[in-house]
Amino acid sequence: MSASSENTGFRDTGSWAGPELVQALRERFGEGLRAQSEAFGEQEITIRREILPALARCLRDEHGFEMLLDLCGVDHLGQREERFEVVYHFYGLAANRRLRVCVPLSGDQPELPTLCGLWKAADWYEREAWDLYGIRFAGHPDPRRLLLYDAFVGHPLRKDYKMKARQPLIGPGSRHEEDASHV
Amino acid sequence: MEMSPLQHEMGLAEPFVTTKLDKVLGWGRKYSIFNYPFVTACCGMEYMSAACSRYDMDRFGAGLPRFSPRQSDVLLVVGTITHKMAPVLKQVYDQMCEPKWVVAFGACTISGGPYNNYAVLQGIDQIIPVDIYIPGCPPHPEIVMDGLIKLQAKIQHQKHEV
Repeated sequence: MSASSENTGFRDTGSWAGPELVQALRERFGEGLRAQSEAFGEQEITIRREILPALARCLRDEHGFEMLLDLCGVDHLGQREERFEVVYHFYGLAANRRLRVCVPLSGDQPELPTLCGLWKAADWYEREAWDLYGIRFAGHPDPRRLLLYDAFVGHPLRKDYKMKARQPLIGPGSRHEEDASHV
Repeated sequence: MEMSPLQHEMGLAEPFVTTKLDKVLGWGRKYSIFNYPFVTACCGMEYMSAACSRYDMDRFGAGLPRFSPRQSDVLLVVGTITHKMAPVLKQVYDQMCEPKWVVAFGACTISGGPYNNYAVLQGIDQIIPVDIYIPGCPPHPEIVMDGLIKLQAKIQHQKHEV
């Protein structure tokens, strides 16, 4: 609880990274930062996919963002030119601040370099994004599906996944018995 | 042997009753249901209500849930079955000894219910044979009783291999 917090009854959940951080990143990465915006008092940057590993390392080692809070996929089918987007949430423990990084990806087979080497937390997040959105993470040590099973066809949270698509049955007596041995 | 007044009244010529082995087995089996509750979701609440003292499934001889498929003869599938749960359900069914019956309890087990999506099996009859379907989301205990009585009638009237 912060004594200076004006909200009564709410926990002070820290502040979002200020414009100074974004300015520092802009000086460092130049055109790599495509856009900066602020929504609900939160800083958000949109970057080119090429600078992701360098930016992530810079955030962790130089700006104190020790935690990868979240990683999620977005499908903008029919709404944006670049169909997919991966959104990272970083958190700095000492400064108690957060930063959101969006990485738009074009094409139907999007791919990004993995962040597993920097944060262990990226492991299952990236497997989940692969499982449900079909976003590849190059260099991932164990790039299997996370939630669904191997016999599953397609990626169900993509907007063009047929709502009434039926999946092959798994388990004893089914055609995919061998595939289901680890289920 | 002399006939007793009661025998005389009932028109029985001998002091015993004749029947068929099938009927005796059916009568015995329908009143000694050991059920295996395969409970995965909210229908379980209604199953508990039906099983406990207010509705009391034990009145029909079905009051003894067994939590080993090897000791049970009615598989109650209660709740949503996902594609990943399906192999487990199939294995439980395969482990049960003959004779065995299956009850699909609630909308999810019948057709997937409200979950028409990639994760949920659209009806357990895709993987195992079902004897009685109990509709409802979830079914009221009185409908469960009705389903149980219908299952008993089915057991009574079917052929029993000896």
